[in-house]
Amino acid sequence: MFEKSLSGSPRYWAWIFALLAVIGVGFIFYLRQYSYGLGITGMSRDVTWGFYIGQFTFLVGIAASGVMLVLPYYLHHYKKFGRLVILGEFLAIAAVIMCVLFIFVDLGQPTRVMNVMLHPTPNSVMFWDMVVLLGYLFLNVIIGWTVLGAERKGTPPPGWVKPVIYISIVWAPFIHTVTAFLYSGLPGRHFWLTAIIAARFLASAFASGPSLLILLALIIRKFTKFDPGKEAIQTLGKIVTYFMIANVFFIGLELFTAFYSNIPGHMHTFQYLFAGYDGYSKLVPLMWTSSILAVVALVLLVFPDVRKNESALAVAAAAVFISLWIDKGFGFVLGGFIPNMFDRITEYWPTMPEIMISIGVWAIGLLVLTVLYKVAIGVKEEAEA
Amino acid sequence: MIDRRQFLKIAGFTTMLGIGVMPVVSRISSRLEASQVFTDPNALTAKRWGFVVDMSKFRTDEDIKRVMDACHSIHNVPDFGNPKDEIKWIWPEKFKHAFPGQEDHFMSKEFVDKPFMVFCNHCESPACVRVCPTKATFKRKDGIVMMDMHRCIGCRFCMAGCPYGARSFNWRDPRGKDENGRPFIAKENPEFPTRTKGVVEKCTLCYERLAVGKKPACVEESNGGILFGDLDDPNSEIREIIRTRYTIRRKPDLGTKPSIYYLIGGGENV
Amino acid sequence: MYDTGKIIAGLLVFLALVTFPFYSNIGKANAKLELKLDTPEISKLPEVERKCVESKSYMRAEHMQMLNTWRDAVVRDGQKTFVSSTGKHYDMSLQNTCMKCHSNKKDFCDKCHNYMAVKPYCWDCHIAPKESET
Repeated sequence: MFEKSLSGSPRYWAWIFALLAVIGVGFIFYLRQYSYGLGITGMSRDVTWGFYIGQFTFLVGIAASGVMLVLPYYLHHYKKFGRLVILGEFLAIAAVIMCVLFIFVDLGQPTRVMNVMLHPTPNSVMFWDMVVLLGYLFLNVIIGWTVLGAERKGTPPPGWVKPVIYISIVWAPFIHTVTAFLYSGLPGRHFWLTAIIAARFLASAFASGPSLLILLALIIRKFTKFDPGKEAIQTLGKIVTYFMIANVFFIGLELFTAFYSNIPGHMHTFQYLFAGYDGYSKLVPLMWTSSILAVVALVLLVFPDVRKNESALAVAAAAVFISLWIDKGFGFVLGGFIPNMFDRITEYWPTMPEIMISIGVWAIGLLVLTVLYKVAIGVKEEAEA
Repeated sequence: MIDRRQFLKIAGFTTMLGIGVMPVVSRISSRLEASQVFTDPNALTAKRWGFVVDMSKFRTDEDIKRVMDACHSIHNVPDFGNPKDEIKWIWPEKFKHAFPGQEDHFMSKEFVDKPFMVFCNHCESPACVRVCPTKATFKRKDGIVMMDMHRCIGCRFCMAGCPYGARSFNWRDPRGKDENGRPFIAKENPEFPTRTKGVVEKCTLCYERLAVGKKPACVEESNGGILFGDLDDPNSEIREIIRTRYTIRRKPDLGTKPSIYYLIGGGENV
Repeated sequence: MYDTGKIIAGLLVFLALVTFPFYSNIGKANAKLELKLDTPEISKLPEVERKCVESKSYMRAEHMQMLNTWRDAVVRDGQKTFVSSTGKHYDMSLQNTCMKCHSNKKDFCDKCHNYMAVKPYCWDCHIAPKESET
């Protein structure tokens, strides 16, 4: 099947080579980081995780959101997702690969990464995060490839795939739950020390992931002969609507607990993120951008008549995606470190090499996604012809 | 006759099995070797090491800096000259920063700004040890929360986990020099290693000195300002002080059970 | 078989590439590795003490495993004393025991490690003895 990705229009190849060029630039910057050390980034003794781990956290959500297609299709036999479900699975594969790469570029001693397996440590959430992420990657590769292969041959998928699919449905929420536990189990980080992190992560994942899929589906329809289906896209819109509402509701719960209890440690990060604290306010414009985009998206999404207009839906999906990318990729991770353990503020902003490396990782993800989608669409087009 | 498909299956399976079994075999063989090593009879030992820092002995930043320099110089702690890359094992921190949330308007300014000497608390339930994915940081039998720099992958999860900000990361090579050619480690102690870039470090309670029967460098340099002993021994000097005098610990409500006590309003009869 | 010519040509190119290290070295003199086992520090020792913690052949073959064991014993278990097969006691320390005698890292460690093309990361942290630049 892989050969489908080896023949394409000049536009396809231009896109592939553009991505390779970006990856190359990112790699050059990574070599610089490798020789200088992580001091080349904006991270510091006080803000020890930054843009990389933020991207990782956001992308685990994108990966988990594949289940929003798999579950209705396989458990509820929602046939309208039949043409879209492989796109969800392949998006999950690309997202998990990016997650692993973002962790890798964040390591101080990347050559020792195998120590996590050589010295397995079950009391560390990081160890379990590795287990669930690699497991999820494995499940999606097996399921996606087998089901697509069967479709190509025009036969139903082999019987053993069904139980594997059910496992992956249960597995998907776990990858994001375990990722939430990285944060919510740490004493002394008030902003993260809350039981709702996992729920909030899942809500934002199931809003941002399907948003991205809506955009991808619209792009695919525009550039290929393959149509994922108007109704399937509308159903995704509904999923985004409900989970975005849940996500905003969960943030509201956090704000109530912090400010009604009036406990300083619980309020400080929110004050820093949305109003500035002690004269520091670098993230305030970003956080308000995220909030305004969330409101705009919700206004567009909650009215069914507006949502049915695909251009409006596309705008709403983009707004949800950007809003949550800022919220999770910046606000959430950095908020845990600001103010620091001494009630002092050290601000953070990514440096140029850090951003170039991140863009490189995104380009690798896009390359994987492009190749996988090329294969999937090639097979679908062939099957329909 | 096996076909190509079966051959690949068998070959693949055998390789996986070999890779899986190898670490187990190598671990067993290294255990056998370890029987030839033991603890130095002169070593200082305890069930749970702890400090009492007598705040009456540390009045100014300079008192603390003297101890800090002693520690940093024998442990080859680099000075990068900026707070972003900073590495520190012991340092002064004002009361309001060392004990955030405990200061209030009516306290004297001197007390709110009084420098407290802070270092790794060698907690009994250390969060850093709980989160480390490689056991590079671990708790020893004598209560020391220790770093194995050989094993650290530099993920910095321990720095997110530690509620005391006790950990520093080598953002760049500590053996390097700044733009003016000043080496980050002014004078290397040839008896102790440096670190490499990309690993986390912190106070190790002078495990290398305890092993040969010496007290930690800070204790020795403090002229009686830091008392050192076994928290598990009810008859130890530090247990006597904690029983009879007023001591506080940093963030005890987090359940990490820090082993560093600060004696407030200490006095002559210590 | 389709494309016989291309396949055979491809195989030949592949063979030429993988065997490159072998034929490129044919006929070249391969200097025998001589390690300098004598240093001023070692010659200062009395004759009877002029030997390593274990036999020369053992050290040559097993020093890496031994150093791993030492590392784990000292760092992880707080045990610092090594008892050799002859019953002698040594302080387990790369910097303060091994390198006190073998003060010639360049002619001792590096020479063989370079020869074997291995790059242990010991010296990223452990401080090598001061040597004159040669």
